[in-house]
Amino acid sequence: MRVVIAEDLALLRDGLTRLLHAFDFEVVAAVDNGPALLPALLDKRPDVAVVDVRLPPTFTDEGLQAAIEARTRIPGLPVLVLSQHVEQLYARELLADRTGAIGYLLKDRVSNVGQFVDAVRRVAAGGTVMDPEVIAELLANRSGAEPLHALTAREREVLGLMAEGRSNAAIAGRLFVTEKAVSKHINSIFSKLGMPPSEDDNRRVLAVLTYLNA
Amino acid sequence: MGRMDHPIATRLPPWLRRRLTQGGQALLLAVLSVSANIVLLVLSVLSLAFTVLGAGLFAFPAVTAAVRELANHNRRVAGAWTGREIPVPYRPEPAQPTVWRRYRWVVTDPATWRDLLWLLLSIPVGLVLGLLPLVLLVYGLEGLLGVPVLLWALDVWYGYGAIWPADTLGKALLALPQGALILFFGGVTGELLHRMHGGFTRGLLAPTPSAALHQRVRQLTETRSQTVDAQAAELRRIERDLHDGAQARLVALSMSIGLAEELMSRDPEAAQRLMAEAREASGQALGELRDLVRGIHPPVLAERGLAGALAALALKLPLPVEVDAELPGRPLAPVESAVYFVAAELLANVAKHSAARSAWLRLRYGDGRLVLVVGDDGVGGADPAGGTGLRGIERRLAAFDGTMFVASPPGGPTTVTMELPCELSSPKTSPSSGTG
Repeated sequence: MRVVIAEDLALLRDGLTRLLHAFDFEVVAAVDNGPALLPALLDKRPDVAVVDVRLPPTFTDEGLQAAIEARTRIPGLPVLVLSQHVEQLYARELLADRTGAIGYLLKDRVSNVGQFVDAVRRVAAGGTVMDPEVIAELLANRSGAEPLHALTAREREVLGLMAEGRSNAAIAGRLFVTEKAVSKHINSIFSKLGMPPSEDDNRRVLAVLTYLNA
Repeated sequence: MGRMDHPIATRLPPWLRRRLTQGGQALLLAVLSVSANIVLLVLSVLSLAFTVLGAGLFAFPAVTAAVRELANHNRRVAGAWTGREIPVPYRPEPAQPTVWRRYRWVVTDPATWRDLLWLLLSIPVGLVLGLLPLVLLVYGLEGLLGVPVLLWALDVWYGYGAIWPADTLGKALLALPQGALILFFGGVTGELLHRMHGGFTRGLLAPTPSAALHQRVRQLTETRSQTVDAQAAELRRIERDLHDGAQARLVALSMSIGLAEELMSRDPEAAQRLMAEAREASGQALGELRDLVRGIHPPVLAERGLAGALAALALKLPLPVEVDAELPGRPLAPVESAVYFVAAELLANVAKHSAARSAWLRLRYGDGRLVLVVGDDGVGGADPAGGTGLRGIERRLAAFDGTMFVASPPGGPTTVTMELPCELSSPKTSPSSGTG
């Protein structure tokens, strides 16, 4: 799998390169600044990009902007965005094009190598992976808001785990229920949120979007 | 059309109505200046004279307090006339007032003596400037409206203007052009006299340049010491948080790693456990550092500026907050940070105390001032004097000459308006550096 990395700190850039290399990713470009990122994404067309939000020269949100820009040129280009802090505002902006294949994680999550690599693969496969901290904030603040109030507490929990990018099997393991029970919950969520039967992946993305925009 | 309850008032042309109102105010002030000024002036002089006997020590500060009330009223009125507020020039009251200290405080303040001078001068000045416009207006109107009376009273003692007596129809009709002329003159000079009165009041009652400077220095000294205190406290808090939090965790972390290194060959399982522990500790340390950084300077503020950071802030609250923030450029970093934390505190108050269903936030820049308004549809009754939060905000703003105004009637809604003078940089310049 071909991957582009954008990270300005050499220590982290090399670490990420080494880590992904160890899991059979091919790092086709590793850039250390914002202006170099967009051309790298457009030229190399990687299977997935791992991008730091804040990059030189302005040290604002250049990485995020480049990722969003690249995805308008190449719709659905898989991007996993990393940051020292997570903001719901950024999560919404990343999800706004509704094409999925997006991830938004705290940099800390890299330390759990297995889960991190899993997240990269999920994003590359078109999934949506949101940091548990984004989800936790939502659960604390917006669980009563429209249109989620129709969901049961359990269904909200399942939706939160879906937003974190977990598979049905992982959700089942986490909640100590069968996979069948999980898919029942998920179907109930889809129908309560008024999502017609369609390709499952896309519905998952839409459900997560509804959740994040509540 | 017009208001039904004032049919006559609505029939008068607006300029005349305004003149009459102004004239009425001036008349009221003139009456006040005669009666109150004379009384207070006499009392002041008497109480000063009685200082020798000791009674003045009590009486003079008391009389001065009354004089200041009157002067402050005149400051407000004249400020409204001239469209520019007249600041109050008095020195602050002594901290632990004894009789002697209060007396000294009053006597040594030059503003006290300027007030007395104003009391004296405003008796004639107020009478002339205050009465003249109204007299001209009323007499002019009489000339216009009084013709029927003159006609009816022909051949009697009655007359108008330069024509005495008005004993023929022709003479009586001459009142019309005279009245019009006087009315016109009153209309033209009214505004001018009014402004002269305002200028006179400002001249004597506004702080002298040196008093204004004194006041400014005192205020700056106060806010500077507050700012220095607040900063020192903030640094102490950061030091403590780092020392007890991230630093301690990193020590534990390096211990775990060192131990795992030792155990690697002898007991790989234990080594693996230690490494997992180490990873967890690193996660906790990172979390603590993240919280700390957020408290020092929120990263989203560096990345998105004030408007973006406020939008991000609104999403963190448990109630819907509508954000309408538009700035033509970026304020300096300290201002951005202060306004952000003020908004955070205000919105946290809304979430905690107001029982509001929704809130809104508006940020604008104009006339060299940044204006932030936060409102909610909650229960109201927020008291700036009561909460430490609101007072903390006032202190934070004071360092930037900012002000806060709270409107929160019982039953709501609450709006808090913050104003802060500052300059904006052009939107193109890059913000402070850092790394993420």
